[in-house]
Amino acid sequence: MSTPVMHAVPAEGGAAPDTAVPVIELRDVAKTYAIGDIEVHALRGVSLTVERGDFVAIMGASGSGKSTLMNIIGCLDVPSRGWYWLDGVDVRTLDEGALSRVCSRKIGFVFQSFNLIARTSALANVELPLAYMGVGARERRVRALAALDAVGLGDRAAHVPSELSGGQQQRVAVARALVTNPALILADEPTGNLDSVASDDVMEIFDTVHRAGRTVVMITHEEEIAARAHRVVRLRDGEILSDTTRDAP
Amino acid sequence: MSWRDNLRIAVGGIVSNKLRSALTVLGVLIGVAAVVILVAVGTGSSQAVADQIAKLGTNTLTVSATGRFGGGRSTTGTQSRTASLTIASVKALEDPDNAPDVVSVSPVASTSVTATFDGATTTATVDGSTPSYLAAENYSVAAGRAITDKDVDDHARVIDIGQTVASELFTSGQNPIGQTVQLGSASFTVVGLLAAKGSSGLQDADAVAIAPYTAVEDVLTGYSQSFSQLIVQGRSASTLNLAQAEVESILASANDTTVAALPFRVLNQQTLLTAATSTSRTFTVLLAAVAAISLLVGGIGVMNIMLVTVTERTREIGIRKAIGAPKGAILTQFLLEAVLLSLIGGVAGILAGLVGSRFRIDGVQPVIAPYSIVLSFAIAIAVGVFFGFYPANRAASLRPIDALRYE
Repeated sequence: MSTPVMHAVPAEGGAAPDTAVPVIELRDVAKTYAIGDIEVHALRGVSLTVERGDFVAIMGASGSGKSTLMNIIGCLDVPSRGWYWLDGVDVRTLDEGALSRVCSRKIGFVFQSFNLIARTSALANVELPLAYMGVGARERRVRALAALDAVGLGDRAAHVPSELSGGQQQRVAVARALVTNPALILADEPTGNLDSVASDDVMEIFDTVHRAGRTVVMITHEEEIAARAHRVVRLRDGEILSDTTRDAP
Repeated sequence: MSWRDNLRIAVGGIVSNKLRSALTVLGVLIGVAAVVILVAVGTGSSQAVADQIAKLGTNTLTVSATGRFGGGRSTTGTQSRTASLTIASVKALEDPDNAPDVVSVSPVASTSVTATFDGATTTATVDGSTPSYLAAENYSVAAGRAITDKDVDDHARVIDIGQTVASELFTSGQNPIGQTVQLGSASFTVVGLLAAKGSSGLQDADAVAIAPYTAVEDVLTGYSQSFSQLIVQGRSASTLNLAQAEVESILASANDTTVAALPFRVLNQQTLLTAATSTSRTFTVLLAAVAAISLLVGGIGVMNIMLVTVTERTREIGIRKAIGAPKGAILTQFLLEAVLLSLIGGVAGILAGLVGSRFRIDGVQPVIAPYSIVLSFAIAIAVGVFFGFYPANRAASLRPIDALRYE
């Protein structure tokens, strides 16, 4: 099997603009786990292209392969077969160190369980990705405060996660994902641990982020959350069942 | 990631579990303090031994007539003629031409007696000798006068007594000078009181009475041609080996034999000092080694707790990696935490060691050896790096997907 190393303009799926490469391009991606002697096919050949500025919800019941897809998109896992270009970079050509470096620059993660670092202020949590990128202390602070302002938590910068409500924690997490200016915001069940009011708050933030021109990919199993996205991709048994784009409002 | 950021994260990690960190630090603290204190005890005791030998005089040779083992040299066994140390030997050794490095030679006729004064008794060593003996043996006269050459010539029954003898025989208000004390069956007049010298090894150097050898031979040991010992005072400690060579060659020619077959034992204080010093150095090294083991155990404690910390914070590591922490940053964070633990333990251990070394331990006043502080501190840091590296590397090598799944 020959592996194209360079990014190629996708043959199918119509004309990709030369000016902007897709943020995500998956082609025939499969993932197989071996559990004992049994092979589990989590993904059975998924092809998906997400253009810049898209707001995509990936839906599916548990076991549909959506978590596996999310891990592969987030570079937390590698596909068993197929190709994946993240913002024009073929991730299969990268070694582990380069992979985590590239992905952490290009992807901002938002997790279901917030995953803020305990006993660390909201500001410090948001500063952290910048610190790992080597941004200086002053610039870091300015950018982190701006990101917190953007999620409406500028006045909560000094609070530690345990002093914040679930919705607030998730908004801090979104600010942390935004602060590095990534090509993609990847959210895994971002409202899964929140009540409906907090969910609305967080989804407002995602709407705002999207309107500001960012690309958002969100994994969810809630219809009403998915309904706020512009495009819904449904998975079942490791394959794409449907891919519908809502008309632009 | 600046050093300040790393440091803040590491300190945060330590502070987040104060009791556990404190116990870990305690392990290193005990190790470092043990090294500092035990090396100080070793150094202190070796200094005490050196001081005791110095009290005996570091520039003297003791020539003994019981010379079958001839100064460490094996004799052939064909030596059947008895050789003795006589007044002629003394004169020969005092010859400034043949023995330029010898200052004085004092014959010693020594015996142990019961001294009595006014109902009080004590056991004293009576050293019958010449006036030069006092200088050779580092005795000085605190009150009264020393014995003189005239006393020796006159067979005068006069003594200089040591502090122990004085305090045992006389009450505090009494002036011993001029009093007559009974030594065994003979009576001697005290003419001088010796300054305190302290104990030297097993012997109390102050439980002595020094008298002219002529008088001691007359009434205590009985007259004989020979002396049990000669005390030879060398010009200085550094030329003592030269003096020894001169003494041996003079005695050899006087007795018609070779230096190798010399029927006397010549004990060199300098050699004794060297031997004692090397013995106590071995002792110090042994103590330090024992202490180092406890430092090692402290280090294992650091490793153990770091492994627990890494396991406990697996999820945090996953988050950090997912938001872009490179492997090096995670490694640095945990390594710094381990080093910080051992650093705190090291500093506290040195302080504890300094305090602990202020107390006398089993009669030895510990003497802080600066190298032990530097060494134990360096080892503490090295222990932190060494035992911190494995857990830190384990943390840094975690895959974010596994780490994030970890509950």
